Amino acid sequence: MTLSTIKSRPIYPGLTPDLNARSNIVVSDKAGADAVAELLSRGDENFAKRTTVILADALADKDRQAIARELAPATIEFHATLADGIARLRQLLDGAPMGLRLYAAGSETLIGFVVQAGGDFSIDHLSIRTEHRGTLMRRVQCVHCKTFIENVTTNPVKCTHCGITLLVRDHYSRRLAAFQGVCIDAEIPGDIPPTEALYQ
Amino acid sequence: MGLTFKDETFRDDFTYTNSPQNIRRFPFPFIEDQYRYSVNIEPHTPGPKGSPFEFPFDIDEHYVSEMRDRALVLEADPLRCQALPHMMTAQWDMLELVMTSLARDYPEHFTLHRDGAAWHWINRPLGIDQKFTFLDASTLPFEPMEYIGRQVQGDFSIQDQRDNQLWMDAGIITSQADWSLDFDVGMNFFEWHGPVPLAHEAGVFERALKFLLNLQVGKPVRRLNWTMTINPRLDTSPENFHKWGSDRMTVTPENVGKKVHLRVEMQGLFRLPRSNAILFSIRGYLMSLEQIVTMPKWGRRLPRVLRSLPPELIEYKGLSRYREMAIAYLSKYDDGAPTSPGGGPD
Repeated sequence: MTLSTIKSRPIYPGLTPDLNARSNIVVSDKAGADAVAELLSRGDENFAKRTTVILADALADKDRQAIARELAPATIEFHATLADGIARLRQLLDGAPMGLRLYAAGSETLIGFVVQAGGDFSIDHLSIRTEHRGTLMRRVQCVHCKTFIENVTTNPVKCTHCGITLLVRDHYSRRLAAFQGVCIDAEIPGDIPPTEALYQ
Repeated sequence: MGLTFKDETFRDDFTYTNSPQNIRRFPFPFIEDQYRYSVNIEPHTPGPKGSPFEFPFDIDEHYVSEMRDRALVLEADPLRCQALPHMMTAQWDMLELVMTSLARDYPEHFTLHRDGAAWHWINRPLGIDQKFTFLDASTLPFEPMEYIGRQVQGDFSIQDQRDNQLWMDAGIITSQADWSLDFDVGMNFFEWHGPVPLAHEAGVFERALKFLLNLQVGKPVRRLNWTMTINPRLDTSPENFHKWGSDRMTVTPENVGKKVHLRVEMQGLFRLPRSNAILFSIRGYLMSLEQIVTMPKWGRRLPRVLRSLPPELIEYKGLSRYREMAIAYLSKYDDGAPTSPGGGPD
């Protein structure tokens, strides 16, 4: 995670178990699974038994089995895509009782979607325990045409809809779960600095 | 009052100018010859007659044309006006504050009759005559913030207060200095100010937030802020940056006096009584350098201030491309004489 002077840029303090919660939901991707294992190891067996892990990633069978072994005795649900995992999270939150603690581990995009979903169910963003693992790829909103550009690895990046070359700022919107992209050559059209692979 | 509303444009042919009487009442923001960052908040109490500080919401000769420009912006981009669902009470608070203020302060232009919840609003300059039920949004053609926001100069945001924070949960923002309501709505005080340089480190926002959390009903405050804009363009939004950014490259030593405008924001902050939210008014004033120098004190002071800006601020305010030209132009009006304290003309 890069440090930023921009105060809207989220920080992810890392996962610690809340032993007082009556139930836990953890959303993770493959890279975040190690952080989830560490979280479970820091809790007791009852903590793991009260925990449902939504693992949202495309996984080979052997990876799936290895992760299932590693995270037992937590309940694990595998979803092939992040979108499916977040849809399932929203379903669980819709019927969730009091005393639930929410966790997210993995890419910034995954964490962003979890925090966004939590917000829609009135869960304060600071109460969600988060740990960034794996890719630095960003979700960026083009401020001009409002398109969301997924899996951005470079700065600048071309908007996939309007084609404007965007400066990716550290300014971040929790509501949109996205960083802001603004036209980089507005002053002198075509005057575009070299593309840097900043978010691998 | 004798207000005559001008018919002018803030885009395309840019016919906007200030009349000589309007130049004198321009809220020149620099109280000394050097720029310094500060919270500079003062009570928003009635100022001198005819000044922009006379009333809580200042209406001037540009009113009708500014409202026309706002309507054009909203038509092209409805996301410039947004309110999260829990802000409806605050929207009504805003409507009440603006309507009662305008009707009291500009009776020849605005009238409000109230009989319980049955209200009758008359806006003569815009030709509006509206009967509605207060607190019943179905009786207005827009939600309350948008309804009244289309009839009062300045951008507005409404801040909800909770957890010792202010949250920008509503706004009607069509003439902003390069920030996006659509992106920032829902953010807290530190987050929406995230991109501002220097001030976080100086503790400005922490002090300002602490002060504002204690703002009292009936005791509004104000401050002045400023930037510079090429052409008298109101819609300098990030959404349209790719359309106006290149204006900065059109400044030449010959046209700098006409093209470069000082853009002053009189920012008012009002605690709202039902919702406990804070209404933030951002009332913008534009004046070209060639009109500014008609006041000798301002002609002396502005080049001195522009020379004293820290580099981070020059970058943040987008002045890099033309600041030197502006200083060169303005320096012709600086004879080196001392200037009097305060922002007003001599």
